[in-house]
Amino acid sequence: MSGSASVALSERPSAAVRAGRFLHRHLISVYTAFAILYLMLPVAVMALFSFNDPPGKSNVIWHSFSLKAWLDPFGVPQLFDVVQTSVAVAFLSTIVATALGTLIALALVRYGFRGSALTNMLIFLPMATPEIVLGASLLTLFVAIGQPPFFPTNFLTILIAHIMFNISYVVVTVRARLYGFDRHLEEAAMDLGANELTTFWKVTFPIILPGILAAALLAFSLSIDDYVITSFTAGRTSTFPIFIWGSARIGVPVQVNVIGTAFFLIAVGFVALTTILQGRANRPPKPEKSLGARTVAAPEPTLAPAPEA
Amino acid sequence: MGARRWLIRLTPYLLLAPGVLWLLVFYVYPSIQMFISSFWSGTLETGFTFSFDNWRTYADALDRYEPQFVRSLVYGGAATIICFLIAYPLAYAIAFRGGRYKNVLLFLVIAPFFTSFLLRTQSWKIILGDDGILFGPLKDAGFLPPEFRVLATPAAVIAGIAYNFLPFMTLPIYVSLEKLDIRLVEAARDLYAGPWRPGGIVAGIVVGALVGAGLAAAMSYDVVVMAAIGLVVGLVIGAFFVSESFLRVVLPLSLPGVFAGSLLTFIPAMGDFVNAQILGTSETRMIGNVIQSRFLQNNDYPTAAALSFILMAAILAMVAVYAKILGTEELTSAR
Repeated sequence: MSGSASVALSERPSAAVRAGRFLHRHLISVYTAFAILYLMLPVAVMALFSFNDPPGKSNVIWHSFSLKAWLDPFGVPQLFDVVQTSVAVAFLSTIVATALGTLIALALVRYGFRGSALTNMLIFLPMATPEIVLGASLLTLFVAIGQPPFFPTNFLTILIAHIMFNISYVVVTVRARLYGFDRHLEEAAMDLGANELTTFWKVTFPIILPGILAAALLAFSLSIDDYVITSFTAGRTSTFPIFIWGSARIGVPVQVNVIGTAFFLIAVGFVALTTILQGRANRPPKPEKSLGARTVAAPEPTLAPAPEA
Repeated sequence: MGARRWLIRLTPYLLLAPGVLWLLVFYVYPSIQMFISSFWSGTLETGFTFSFDNWRTYADALDRYEPQFVRSLVYGGAATIICFLIAYPLAYAIAFRGGRYKNVLLFLVIAPFFTSFLLRTQSWKIILGDDGILFGPLKDAGFLPPEFRVLATPAAVIAGIAYNFLPFMTLPIYVSLEKLDIRLVEAARDLYAGPWRPGGIVAGIVVGALVGAGLAAAMSYDVVVMAAIGLVVGLVIGAFFVSESFLRVVLPLSLPGVFAGSLLTFIPAMGDFVNAQILGTSETRMIGNVIQSRFLQNNDYPTAAALSFILMAAILAMVAVYAKILGTEELTSAR
C-alpha cells in the first residue's frame, strides 16, 4: 500500500499531495464530529430515557414514550428532599468558597509576599489529590473528633468538605482573570482622587466580576454533582448524587433522568446567557479563555508547578 | 504612618487568612490525621488506640488488596492512554481547524460536565447493555454473537473512566496547542519539513502495536489481535498524518499540555470507584471500591486509612517520576 502511494507520489506529486491534504482536512472534521457525538451521547441517552415508561423499576430498556415523569418530576419519595439538600449545599458552599478563593487570588496576584510559593502549593495539592483520598481523610478527622457537630457526619460536614474542595478551583479561575488585568486603570482611578476602597469597588471588582461569576458557576456545578467526597462526609444525610447511587442497584427512577436533564438545560442556558451578555459588554480578545476557565481548563496553569513554586 | 505601612504589609496575609486556614484545618490536618488513623487499632465502639506497632496494617493491606491496586494502576493507565489517543486529534482540530466554531466546540467538550457524573455512567450502562441500544440491533442483525458482551467486563470499566475524564485531557492539550505560534509550522515547511513517510510508518507500526498490545493486556483481550489492529491503525496514521513539522514542532511544544492532561486524567482515574461499581463486577473492583467499603460499610478505619495513604503515596511517587522523565521544568520554562 505504501509502495503504490510512493509511486503515485513520484509520478503526479501535486495531485497526490492535494489528495492527501483533502483527506487530512476532511478526515479530521469527520473525526471531530464523531468525537463530539461520543461526548454528548450519554447526555442524549439520559434525556431520551427521561421520556421512557418502564413497566418495572429498572429504566435501562426502552419501553414506550411518556411524559409522565416530566409532569410529576418529584413523584418519587425523598426525591424532593435530596434535591433540596443538594441545592442548599451547592448554594452555601459556592458563596463561602467563592469569597475565600477570590481573596486568596487577589493576594497571590497583587502582592509579592513571603510564603506565596507555599500558598500556591497548598492551592494546587487538593486538586492533585484523588477525591476518594480527600473524602477519606476528612472522615478520619471527623471520626477522630468523635462528637457533634462533626460526628456522626451530617449536613455541616458535607458543607465543610464542599467548601474545601471548591476553594482551589475558585482561586485558579479568578487568578486567570486577574492576570490579564490592566493595572493602569486602577492607577488612573487613584490619580483622579479615588481611595483604595473606592478604586476596588468601582474599578477592580467590576472588571474581575466575570471571573468571579465563572468561578461561582464552576463551584456550584462541582458541588451539586459531587458524589465521591460527599459519600464519606454525609452520614445519614442524602444528596441528589447519593440518592442516585442508592437507587442504582434496584433501578434509577425515571424522575432522576428528568431532574438531570433539567439541570443540564438550566446550566447550558445559563452559560449561553452569560456568554452572550459578556460578549456584548466587552468583546475580549480571547473569548475562549473565559469559557475554558469556567471548567477544567482552569487547573491547567497550576499543573505546571515549576514556574510558580 | 507607621501603622499604615504595617497594614499594607499585612494586607496579603489578611486576604489569605480565611481561605488558607480552611485548607489547613480541612485539608492538611485531615491528611495528617489519616496517617495517624492508619496506626489505630480498635473499633468505633471501643475507641481507637494509636501505636506504631500497628504498622502490620500496611503489610496486611498491601498483601490482601494487591490485585485491586494493580487493577487501579492498569485501568487508570489504559484509560489515560485511550483519553490521549482520542483527545489529541480533537484538541488539534479545535485549535487549528475550529475557526469561528472554536468556542462552540470547546463548549461541547465541557458540556457533559453539566450532567451528573453518576447519570452519565448510568447512561453508558444503558448504551453498553447486553441487549441495549448499541449491541441489541447488531446482535439481531447477526453481526455479533448473542453471547457477546462489554458490560461487566474490564473494557466497560476502562471505557467508562476514559469517557468521564476525556475533557480533562482535551482542554490542557487544547490550551497548549492554541498558544502555539502557527508561523513556526510555516517556517518548518519552508525549511523543507515534509511528510515523513518512512519514519512515520515505522514509528506508527511500533507505537500502534505497543499501544494495542498494552490495552489488550489491560482488558484481558487477545494481545496478538489487538496488537495487529494497533499496528495497522498506527501505520495509516504514521503514513498519512504524521509530518516532520508535526513531530518536530507541534508535538514537542504541546507536551506541557499532554503532561497536565495525563495527570488530570490519571489521578482521578486511579482513585475512581464509580465506574467499576456501575459498569463492572466484583472481578473489576478497584482500590477505590475497597477503600469506600472498608470505610463506610465495615467501619474498618485503620485499614481504609492505610489504603488511602498508600494510594496517595503511590500517585505522588508516579507523578514525580513522570515529571522527571518528561522533564517538565525544561518544558514549562519554554512556555
